[in-house]
Amino acid sequence: MSGAAAPLLSVRALTIAVPGPSGEEVSAVDGVSFDVDAGEIVALVGESGCGKTLTSLALVDLLPPPVHMASGDVFFEGRDVQALSAREKERLRGGGIGLVFQEPASALDPVRTIGSELAAVVARHRGFARAAAESEAERWLKRVALPDPARQMRAYPYQLSGGMRQRALLALALAGGPRLLVADEPTAALDVTVQAQILDLLLALRQEFALAILLVTHDLAVVAEAADRVLVMYAGEIVESAPAPELFSRPRHPYTRALLAARPGLAAVGAGRLTALEGSVPEPGKRPPGCAFEPRCEEAFGRCAAARPTLVPSGALSEAACFLLDEPPGARLR
Amino acid sequence: MSVSVDAPLLSVRDLHKTFATRHGRMTVLNGVAFDLAAGSTLALVGESGSGKTTTARLILRLAAADRGSVEFDGTDWLALPRRELDRRRREVGVVFQDPATSLDPRLTIGEIVAEPLAIHAIGSRAGRREKAADLVASVGLPASALARHPSELSGGQRQRVAIARALATEPRLVVLDEPVSALDVSVRSQILNVLRSLQKDTPSRPAYLFIGHDLSVVRWIADRTAVMYMGRIVEEAATAALFSSPRHPYTALLLASRPRETPGPRAAPRPYLGEPPSPAAPPSGCPFHPRCTSVRPVCSQEVPALVAGPAEGGRSVACHAPLGGD
Repeated sequence: MSGAAAPLLSVRALTIAVPGPSGEEVSAVDGVSFDVDAGEIVALVGESGCGKTLTSLALVDLLPPPVHMASGDVFFEGRDVQALSAREKERLRGGGIGLVFQEPASALDPVRTIGSELAAVVARHRGFARAAAESEAERWLKRVALPDPARQMRAYPYQLSGGMRQRALLALALAGGPRLLVADEPTAALDVTVQAQILDLLLALRQEFALAILLVTHDLAVVAEAADRVLVMYAGEIVESAPAPELFSRPRHPYTRALLAARPGLAAVGAGRLTALEGSVPEPGKRPPGCAFEPRCEEAFGRCAAARPTLVPSGALSEAACFLLDEPPGARLR
Repeated sequence: MSVSVDAPLLSVRDLHKTFATRHGRMTVLNGVAFDLAAGSTLALVGESGSGKTTTARLILRLAAADRGSVEFDGTDWLALPRRELDRRRREVGVVFQDPATSLDPRLTIGEIVAEPLAIHAIGSRAGRREKAADLVASVGLPASALARHPSELSGGQRQRVAIARALATEPRLVVLDEPVSALDVSVRSQILNVLRSLQKDTPSRPAYLFIGHDLSVVRWIADRTAVMYMGRIVEEAATAALFSSPRHPYTALLLASRPRETPGPRAAPRPYLGEPPSPAAPPSGCPFHPRCTSVRPVCSQEVPALVAGPAEGGRSVACHAPLGGD
């Protein structure tokens, strides 16, 4: 079993294969490694198509075939997730690792009341008898600040607003008592007021249960609001990893810098143009041979198109995969 | 019809709209009024259900208003007979949130962009093709995109196509309903830059009615901003003034709920945010009073009127006790 120092979640050299344009297999996620500690909020950020969601699905063995894990390991609480039996994996989902996705409308069973779906989760993962499961379910609706929980127990998903559905979904993800919550764009479809409340709720739950959260998002404002540590993904690889304050104040990878600079909130009122990141993420299988970001990078130089940079330390607790890190300024050859 | 230079391009007055639901009639718009000047951008902001999109749909005449008027370029727009309306639809363009569902998957990009020109019988076939090529270039797409289908483009590229199509007939007004909400942050800035430069560089100088919930985007793109709450405009002002000194407590609440741009402690603790009440059971008096932190007895009794304050660059506020003054 895991020792005291072992991380809650440990991902090692995760590689995910998807069908390529001409039928062959290509890597959509390539050699991704990271840890999440108990009580830690880690954000996985990057544009669409960077492999964030596939990475999060692989953690609970939910990749949609023919997409599959080609190599690598996922350890949760010291146990190899791939080596678990089908039954143990079922228990892991919801029991050890809770899941919340972007679209609350489609994630709830439309023909069941919120209460019955929630009580079933409590019964399945925590072995409660029916009456106890129901009161535990209602306690969770109250904990996620759903107004009038007793009444909402009998409500169907369509009767709830978007914000209320997202709260119900959060209750559903947490009622099984997970130690890790994987939240994929949990606030993307919500109003700013509701978004703020959901983020505050996540922070409070972390405090209360030492819950670890893997926050998958493309929204850097959500990251700034909630994350302790940030992993930046580009074209299936982690290109930078740093504590959140450091990532925002001293981004080391040009991709991170470009993402931060593209936030419209930074532009002055009436400013002429927003800083934009032109181009798009290469599709799996069409990755350039050198650094995957080189074609869009404003700071690229000679080596970048030829060789692939690997993650190297860029600070006490941070790393980045960029040749600029080992080039003294001014020594670059174009 | 001649219009004085100072008359707004679009003048919306007293728009009302109710829908029938299982719970009875629900009021979605309750007297919406605003002006949009030619060549400028007005943003409509507010939470889901505040009536932003319904307002746009009434202006586009995709739904009928129960009451109220829309004057567009000197015309009583809501009174136009169907045939006349069809002829004049070319003057109003529209871009929706999801480019994946708003473009016909069977047509090429060239056909999609030229289609409004064909519908309105503008130019020859060759002329329309040429115009489509110009439009596609103006939104920053390569000429090779003309022969492609929407499925072959990324989300950001499809939204560029939707913008090119909306501008094809050189409209004086373009309704933009959450045009960048479905896009990545990187692509979002590209599209916003395209919108801004087209407004400046297109000879027809289109005015934009921009519906958005991302306040950082609105702050950058809009000249003026109108805040909607439960079917009413509660504050309308020049964007810079609205963001720097909100007068309506709801505007202040929206601004306070924005996520931070960088990590670190908040300057001020977040206020009580709450959620909008059900439109099926609207509160008495000011619809915002149950969530308002500076509520007075009058607030639960009387609906405050939207009134323009003096010497405020034309700011209007609907509040019995506006912030930053007495």
